[in-house]
Amino acid sequence: MKKVTIDPITRLEGHGKIEIFLNDDGDCDRACLQIPELRGFEQFAIGRPAEEMPRITTMICGVCPTAHHMASAKALDDLFKVEPTPAAKKIRELMYNAFQAEDHILHFYFLGGPDFVVGPQAPAGERNVLGVIAKAGIETGGKVIQMRKGMRNVLRIIGGKPVMPSCALPGGVSKGINQEEQQKIIEAGEYAVEFCKLSLDIFDDIVLKNKDYVDLITGNVYAHNTYYMGMVDENNKVNFYDGMIRVVRPDGSEFAKFKPQDYLDHIREHVEPWTYVRFSFLKKVGWKGFVDGKESGVFRVAPLARLNASDGMATPLAQAAYEKMFEVLGGKPVHSTLAFHWARLVEALYASERVLELARDPEITSSDIVNLPTKTPKEGVGIVEAPRGTLIHHYQTDDNGILTKVNLIVATQNNSAAINMSVEKAAKALIKNGDVPEGIMNMIEMAFRAYDPCHACATHSLPGGTPIHVNVYDEKGELVKSLKRG
Amino acid sequence: MAKPKVAFYWCASCGGCEETVVDLNEDLLKVAEAVDIVLWPVALDFKRKHIEALDDGEIAVSFINGAVRLEEQEEMVKLLRRKSGLVVAFGACAHLGGIPGLANFCSRETVFKWVYQESPSVDNPKQILPQEKVTENGHEFTLPEFYNTVRALDQVIDVDYYLPGCPPPPNLIAEAVNAILKGELPEKGSVLAPNIALCDTCPRKDSKPEKMSIKEFKRPWEVKIDPEKCFLVQGLFCYGPATRSGCGETCINANMPCRGCFGPVDGVIDQGAKALAMYVSMLGLEDEENLNEDEVAALVNKFADPAGTFYRFSLPSSLLRRRRMAGVGGGK
Repeated sequence: MKKVTIDPITRLEGHGKIEIFLNDDGDCDRACLQIPELRGFEQFAIGRPAEEMPRITTMICGVCPTAHHMASAKALDDLFKVEPTPAAKKIRELMYNAFQAEDHILHFYFLGGPDFVVGPQAPAGERNVLGVIAKAGIETGGKVIQMRKGMRNVLRIIGGKPVMPSCALPGGVSKGINQEEQQKIIEAGEYAVEFCKLSLDIFDDIVLKNKDYVDLITGNVYAHNTYYMGMVDENNKVNFYDGMIRVVRPDGSEFAKFKPQDYLDHIREHVEPWTYVRFSFLKKVGWKGFVDGKESGVFRVAPLARLNASDGMATPLAQAAYEKMFEVLGGKPVHSTLAFHWARLVEALYASERVLELARDPEITSSDIVNLPTKTPKEGVGIVEAPRGTLIHHYQTDDNGILTKVNLIVATQNNSAAINMSVEKAAKALIKNGDVPEGIMNMIEMAFRAYDPCHACATHSLPGGTPIHVNVYDEKGELVKSLKRG
Repeated sequence: MAKPKVAFYWCASCGGCEETVVDLNEDLLKVAEAVDIVLWPVALDFKRKHIEALDDGEIAVSFINGAVRLEEQEEMVKLLRRKSGLVVAFGACAHLGGIPGLANFCSRETVFKWVYQESPSVDNPKQILPQEKVTENGHEFTLPEFYNTVRALDQVIDVDYYLPGCPPPPNLIAEAVNAILKGELPEKGSVLAPNIALCDTCPRKDSKPEKMSIKEFKRPWEVKIDPEKCFLVQGLFCYGPATRSGCGETCINANMPCRGCFGPVDGVIDQGAKALAMYVSMLGLEDEENLNEDEVAALVNKFADPAGTFYRFSLPSSLLRRRRMAGVGGGK
């Protein structure tokens, strides 16, 4: 039996490895994404003071530290049963949206963009951020850097440093925003809104006006009819920072809507012996294996899932972009995995608009930024929407606020079953009669890259393409073919 | 003249050290022009064979971030050591072990038990655990082995210089690269950051009294933190006295006390022990003779989690290294 290994070899602890097993006819029999990563944060957090968690869990991921920082802050609010001041909520949400906008844009230009903007069939050497800039214009490249600098400066103003922020406390934040800083944030927000509009225009010009690309997005190779999960506000609009968790069925109808504290009534995790990652599924539907459909508890999270699980966006420009996306793709829900890229841009626009709204709010410069807890801590759950999906922190402590139990469900865990399904579906469609075409690397890579999985932190790498190495072995284990790109 | 060859490599790390390199922005492009980057897994193809084919010492400098946790990481850093003139431990994890080093408080078995069996969200009726080798329907899967103990880089290979911080700030990275390119390097083993305590550069230093006397430790949620006053004076634990400066006081600027990611100043072997000694000496000094044993104990016990606080970033590189456990050796 032939075995194909696709090793992204990007992050030796955190990287994913794709294994493809061929049957006797040379067709794909089984394909999986393995995650050789486990660091045990949940265990070594025990015994730590709960209030240190926003500054410990940030180190789970240096790419999305702000997501862990904020999920942790909300878990602390719930743990100490303290409501943050109105200004503190706004400062947190402002910081969080700045992070979402910056992270989404980085993904689009550096990682997802090469597949679409440069083109899925373009030579590997051109399918990188430089290729995107060559096609979209040098000026756009400069704007990407400028937009990112502005948003990361917002993170610096509020959190101290963009990588590993420090500002979250139960009941609020440690530092307020002064008027001079407010002005800088407004300017960065204005720039980001314009830039996100431009990005959607670029997507329109280069991707949507090209029939091949649209066929790829709407085609079956990358589609799964799954449940979708995302956080919504009181009007069922997408919210990254706060709200209820809503789940819709594969037909788009509401399946569940629950408070963060009730997550255990809805989410369970399945264990497989061949990977360190756990697979989330809907408890009330059950684990039926790596399959889609209404009878399977597999659900998806992250940009497309959030848009599917909501009734729209809370800001005007993003709402218009939301409506257009569903109109072009034939209504809600959209099941095509590649539509995650489009949804990501819609969300980046929303996040930028929200940054600007909050930055202009007079209360944002209030010095009333923290409510001190008065109740004895016991148990708390905090959920935010990380760029890569629903992120859950759940803490239990003794009366002194020292952690006794910690449960974390990171965003990519919630997508891990679907990512495996996408990889297998692409492999089955592309590998026939033992022929492993060169293009398989890119096509399979596209399947998992759409999710922006955090396992391969190379998702935010400079040249864009995840370096990939495919080795094909014959039944004796002899290397018969070696393909490389990166 | 050929450009000097440079390698970047990551072990058990989170990607934050890569983000901080990208945060060099325009400076990154200047560096990329001046050197020949032979290895950078986040950005370039892996090319381990390419590294193996180089002459010993052919790479001018390797920047290695992350702690060492897996066998393949150990092999790779040993290879890079052989091929490199200089090795720089980049960031808190390579320098001291970092936050992932807190895993040395527990064993691999307890981690597995919680994550796959006891966690309230896990549904695992067959009590399956991930296996280093498993065969399913004739398909064989392998996963890398985890060492029980997380190690700092210099516990695995010889290290020439250290760039501290979680993550190292872009200005220190740029200065280090420039010093290497110009050959203006300090003594081997140096930490490439100022050799002074954070307290000496702290914007709040004027509010720190000559003689500290802490009557009671407070938790950060117990007080409204004064944005101008020394944290110690407010009764909040701050690692400033026992931590090296150079970070740009970023956490302090966010009105949060230091947690020690830059490690100690020169000559301190164990940052946690140093901090512990310093804090004991600050405890209610002038009243000491008026306190009975219980009162002293109460004051000391008010300090939440001394081990996890004093050794927040440095447990693997400390004299403690790891918690003693049956069946757990010191090395792996």
